Amino acid sequence: MHDTPDPGDRGDAVCVVGAGASGLAAVKNLRELGFAVDCYERETSVGGAWNWRHDRSPIYAGTHLISSRPLTEFPDFPMPDTWPDYPHHSQVLEYLERYAKHFALTDDIWFGMEVTSAVPVEGGRWDVTIRSTGVGESSRVQRYAAIVVANGHNWSPVTPEIPGEFQGQTMHARAYKDPSRLRGRKVLVIGGGNTGCDIAVEAAQQAARVWHSTRRGYWYAPKYVFGRPADQVNDRLLRWGLPLRMRQWLYRRTLRLTTGDLTRFGLPEPDHRPYESHPIVNSQLPYYLGHGRIEPVPDVERYDGAGVVLTDGTRIEPDLVITATGYRPRFDFLEPELLDTDENGRPDLHLHAFARRHPTLAVIGLLQPDSGVFPLAHWQSVAVARWLRLRADDPERAAAVQQKESTRPLDSWSRRRVVPTQRHWFEVDHVDYLRSVEGLLDQMETPA
Amino acid sequence: MSTPEVLRFADWTTPVAPAAREVVSRLPEDDHGHPPLLFVPAPGRAASVFAEHWLGHAAGRGFSGYALSARPGGDLRALVHDTVQTAASLPRRTVLIGHGEGALVVAKALGRYPARAAVLAAPRLTPRFAVFAKPSLPRPAGRTPVLVVGSPDDRLVKPAALDRAAAVYGGAPLLFPGMGHDLMLEDGWAEPIDAILDWLLKELPVPGH
Repeated sequence: MHDTPDPGDRGDAVCVVGAGASGLAAVKNLRELGFAVDCYERETSVGGAWNWRHDRSPIYAGTHLISSRPLTEFPDFPMPDTWPDYPHHSQVLEYLERYAKHFALTDDIWFGMEVTSAVPVEGGRWDVTIRSTGVGESSRVQRYAAIVVANGHNWSPVTPEIPGEFQGQTMHARAYKDPSRLRGRKVLVIGGGNTGCDIAVEAAQQAARVWHSTRRGYWYAPKYVFGRPADQVNDRLLRWGLPLRMRQWLYRRTLRLTTGDLTRFGLPEPDHRPYESHPIVNSQLPYYLGHGRIEPVPDVERYDGAGVVLTDGTRIEPDLVITATGYRPRFDFLEPELLDTDENGRPDLHLHAFARRHPTLAVIGLLQPDSGVFPLAHWQSVAVARWLRLRADDPERAAAVQQKESTRPLDSWSRRRVVPTQRHWFEVDHVDYLRSVEGLLDQMETPA
Repeated sequence: MSTPEVLRFADWTTPVAPAAREVVSRLPEDDHGHPPLLFVPAPGRAASVFAEHWLGHAAGRGFSGYALSARPGGDLRALVHDTVQTAASLPRRTVLIGHGEGALVVAKALGRYPARAAVLAAPRLTPRFAVFAKPSLPRPAGRTPVLVVGSPDDRLVKPAALDRAAAVYGGAPLLFPGMGHDLMLEDGWAEPIDAILDWLLKELPVPGH
């Protein structure tokens, strides 16, 4: 930092916000293309959401991967092949820690430092205000050539607004850590996502009684199909390039043969086709439905003192309500218009990554793919690094790439036909998405 | 060179099964901050060809040396997998050094793992009998400097093949006249490994040294 006259001006360096999986990939891939990087992490260790010690982590003791290992690992740093198909969250953290150590990423990470604002200044540069999260709370402003945001989107809980008073205990799934809290209690789990299903299953193993409230029917896929991880089987269909309609038909057939018809247990029929909602992968849910340990119930209408009234008029009396109703993205340090964020809080970014009006602002990992996020975050950050490099070295070609990218059709990378809820804002099909990023990478390929 | 492989259907649908891999190591007494070296022999040959002289010599000069005996009977994909798995298991970004057909394994692995540097020793990059086949090598995943070493008197790998291999990575081969194919086992084994280590020290300066 002694090579620039103004200590606050970091020259060509890039600022990365967050040292979770996406931030680590960004640091590594920016450095690969010769950028100096300062990464700011509010916690004192790497791993972001996957680090259960972090107070914002959504991890609970029983969390395992939903996507299998080959579809989850970084493409240039495989997980050990002796690990199980669906590693435990502690293994994922160990993996991220090893990734950081292997590539010496912590040299560039400032722990216990929080970015409180980032403001565009002349020349596409950014004034970034950083504050220490520890004692003293001193803050400083540094100027960067670009800012790459990797602050995660699974930490700010969405809590449903349920009218009425409830005398029992309520908690959001983020606060749920350990199944011992469920032991012997009557539990209502609200939410049909992967977390809601996981908690319903843990409740089935521990609690006295379990209700599972979902707003609609979903396609509950098993973790294994024909003895193989279900996502690996699904990728065969994608590899063969089967059209969506054919895949939807095969999906229904396969689900009928494996999970079977769940409406028999009282679950509603899905109101959408397969592949039109985020995949729910849970082999144990049907098992506990069949054993009567999980009672499926409809949406919650209101709280009523000691009870909860459901939309079908029934009243149940749980003593613990867990809302597994997801998370919303938050970029408190950026003015909403920088990310073209609409009134609902939904940012509009090219490839869910590139700010449309600020070429030196990008977001990594803001995706809900039908695979793990790490491989997509990796290629996103490679694309961002190449873009920033090209912009610095060959502005003319960079302008041409930008022009060409603006014509890339939205439905080539963003899954359009999805259930229109906040849950599906960033839903992508990993194959379509990666094909688009690959197309962008090819355009920015340095001539050999 | 082909662009990085973004869509990896083979890995996503039929991942390579785990297998026992033997890794022999010789470690220096002190950590000098150098990257670890992973030596990859030709398929069918064992880590012992490097354990004989090169590993110990590298350790004597401050480099952690590892040599891999890949799974017996593995195809090229499995050998690349074993190499990348072993490299990723080491504490630091690793230098890959392949000999003979092991150099082909290393060249392929470079597309999968951003090695700190790579050395192709007496490289046989085209499969046997496929005289006219052009080697299809991936562009390295990282900014990996690649050195080709060999002997003009190697009867298995002709000087033209060395030139071609080096040209793929935009360089010229480093030659050790008078030696045969097995640079690491012949009498003059010290000269090539010293040249490789000197090249690494020049390419990869250790901060603070």
